[in-house]
Order: sequence, then structure tokens, then C-alpha cells
Amino acid sequence: MAWHDVCSTKKIDEEDVIRWDIGERTFAVYHGIDGNFYCTDGLCTHEQVHLCDGLVMDFEIECPKHNGLFDYRTGRALRAPVCEHLGIYQTKVEEGRVLIFIE
Amino acid sequence: MGKNLDDKMNDNVKFDGNNLTPKDYSLTGTSAACAVTTGLTAAEWYHSDVPRKTMKALMKRRDGPAIRDTIIWITLHLIFALGGIYFWGTWIALMCWLAYGVIAGSVCDSRWHECGHGTAFRTRWMNDVVYHFASFQIMRNPVNWRWSHVRHHTHTIIVGRDPEIGWMHPVSLMAKALSFVGIIDSYQSLKILAKNASGFLSSDEIDYIPKSQYPKVIFWARVHMAIYAITAAVAFGMLIAGMGWQSVIPFLLIGGPRVYGCWHFVMTGLLQHGGLAEDVIDHRLNSRTVYMNAISRWLYWNMNYHVEHHMFPMVPYHSMLRLHEVIKDDLPRPNRSIWEAYLEVYKAVMRQKNEPGYFLEKELPQSAQPYKENLHQAIPSNDVNVNM
Repeated sequence: MAWHDVCSTKKIDEEDVIRWDIGERTFAVYHGIDGNFYCTDGLCTHEQVHLCDGLVMDFEIECPKHNGLFDYRTGRALRAPVCEHLGIYQTKVEEGRVLIFIE
Repeated sequence: MGKNLDDKMNDNVKFDGNNLTPKDYSLTGTSAACAVTTGLTAAEWYHSDVPRKTMKALMKRRDGPAIRDTIIWITLHLIFALGGIYFWGTWIALMCWLAYGVIAGSVCDSRWHECGHGTAFRTRWMNDVVYHFASFQIMRNPVNWRWSHVRHHTHTIIVGRDPEIGWMHPVSLMAKALSFVGIIDSYQSLKILAKNASGFLSSDEIDYIPKSQYPKVIFWARVHMAIYAITAAVAFGMLIAGMGWQSVIPFLLIGGPRVYGCWHFVMTGLLQHGGLAEDVIDHRLNSRTVYMNAISRWLYWNMNYHVEHHMFPMVPYHSMLRLHEVIKDDLPRPNRSIWEAYLEVYKAVMRQKNEPGYFLEKELPQSAQPYKENLHQAIPSNDVNVNM
């Protein structure tokens, strides 16, 4: 269990997402319209497509393949074809860096 | 596109005097298992490189264009329907009904499609309302077809996985010609809706629809069937009331357009994948982009840019021209007209009838990345069996 340095806060535009990998795990890290940073599992729960290629609208991330929609703050699946929620992870900002906590 | 119709027709197709066994296009047969074991279903599809900022701009949602187009669409419904009724018995009425048929029986396909993807409007409920209206017009269960189209995008033209393959081999050109008048397709669609309304789902539907959605499948099928029953009752009432031929008006308004006005969506739809490859993981090999006139593009909501749509399905219809400009140097040259595209499809399909396994591989421009062919070249042939 540890905090991991992901990137500079400037690397992610507001209302956008990037992919961040560690080992064999992949995550999606978001810069919300409220200025906060959020982190979820990186793959859509429907067909395992990388969410980093999707569209961020307000507090929602849309899968680039099938239009499945999640609230990236809670991981909640909002629209078919996604039925399973995303895992979410704690984040914080320190000295201009985005950190996420992974168990 | 007409899977059930094709199944029926293909059973009787002959192949130059030889016996011919149709491919297994069902989702629960040998082809389905083969697609999984060969790795086709797990493979990553080819995508042209588009910078993230550009793609974000292209994917951006707006309500404006679709609200404008929907107001025009609804207005055209009213104008042509009222014209058809007001001028009943004259040539003007005939012209009005022919136009109404296309507006109600063809345009619904593109509205169903775009709203199903959730890309037409930014506002979610607007997508949902138009999606349900268009699904009804085109006689598709809105739940089944949402899931079948998801599968179509996941496993585009992969035999045994894609429930929306329009050109099943061996191809019956007679079935294709008949689909321009949607009598058989409408009958098949109504049969499916009636089965769903009775609580039955086919093995294919069970394969691609999650169990949690079954109650919705049944509910919406019943809603659709109830509207058709009311339409029939009104028409019967008009007949009893002595209104003669005017008693067909309810059917000209509801249900009928899927028969007499579907030709435009069939015409554009058959070009999407006809004569192209099956079982590949590069949309440039299995989809076709065709330049079309402005009217057809409006009716079809720019889905003539079909390679682009499959490669980036989250780009709204109003951004398709810009997407085309961005990636066109990585794509085969588009067909310059509907006519040219049909000639190409016809030649390819005729060759496929004599040469099972053949598909049209279009030349790429020098600026393009090569086709992603390594996987499908390694896959054992799954072609039509011919007893020579």
C-alpha cells in the first residue's frame, strides 16, 4: 500500500483524462471541472477498452468504444452497455504533483 | 440488416450447379467458437493516429445540430402526412406519401443509429426520446438492437459474433433486391416483436442481451405491438364507417413507411460492408466510405463516412466530415458516388459467388499505414464449403 507519483498537475487538462500504468495494472487519472483530480480503473468494465481515449464531460467519462458512461468520482456505471461499476482510488496533490493511493 | 431474411433466402441458393453449405452466421454455432479460439474476438483493432486534442474536439457533443435536424424531420412528417390526407385521391397525395415514406421509413434508421450511440445530442434524454421514436418507426426492439449494435461495433463482421452482418455468404441478390421494398423484412421484424412480447427471445438474442435486460425487451415489444394493434383497430373502424380506401391512412402513417419508404436506408446501408472482408481487425478492410449528395447525407446523418464511424464511433455525425479530413490519408480512396460504390459491390459480390473467401481489398494511399492483416492471415479458412 503506497502513494504513487503519477504526473505534474499541468500534464492533465481540465475536463480530461490520461492513462497511467504500474506493473500490469492500468488506471485512468482525471482532472475534474472542479479542479480536483480523480482516479479510476483504466479499463471499461464492459469490453476492457482503455478509458483514457474516451470523452470527459463534466464528471462523467464515456467509453470510446460503446458509449458506456461512468461517474469518475464514484465509479458508478450510468448507462448501458456498462453494468459494473469502476474501482476508484484516492488521490492528492503535493507540490504540483498528482499522487494516487494503491493498495 | 435482414439477418432472418437472409437466412431464409440463403437456404435455397445454388452455386453454379454445385452443392453449397452456407456459413454458420449464428452466434451460438461453430463460427462463434472459432472466432474465440483463433483470437479474433480478443484482438485489438487498428486505429488511425489522431492527436488527443483533435480527437477531443471531434468527440465534443452539441445539442444544436440534432435539435435543428429533428425539428426539420418532424416538420416534414407533418407537411407530407397532412398533404397526403388533404390531397387524397390526387397525384399530389401520391407524391406526398412517397416523400412521407422516406422521411418516416428511411430517416428513422440513421436517427436510431446515432441516438443509440448517444452521440446525436449532448443531452441524454433527447437521445433516448428520439432513439425510441426511431426504433418504433423502423420496427426494431429498442433494447435488443441497442445490444446487437454494441456487439456489431465490438466484433464488426466477425462471423459468429456480429449479429448485424448484412451480406451473408452465399449472397442472395434476390433477397437484397427485395429488401428495397420491406415487406419480408417488416414481416420478420413484427414476428420477432411478437415473440418478444410473448416472452420469448431467440438463442442469438440471449447471446448478446444481458439477462437483466429481458424485462425491458418484453416491455418495449409489448408497447410496440400495442401501438400496431391500435393502428389496425382505427383502420378497421374507418372501414366499418364507410371510409373506403381512406381507411388505409393509419397504415400509411404507422408501420407502412417501413415497407414503402425504406428504400433509401437499405440503399445506403448495403454499401457499408458489401463485398468487403469478414473476420479481420482493420475497419479499412471491412467498411466503406462513399461520397454522397447532400440530401442523402442529411437523410443518413453522414454515416456514408463508415470507415471513420467504425474506427471512432464516439464522433457525432456533425463532426464526420472533419474526422474524414483528419484521417483520409490513412484510408482507402472513398467511392465517389453511390452509383460507383454499387458497381464495386456488385463486381465483388459476383466474384464472391464463384470464389468463396474472396473479398475486395482496396488500395491504400502511400501515406497510409499498411493493413493490419497479420492476425486474420493466420486464421484457418472459415469459408463456404463447396463440394466440387
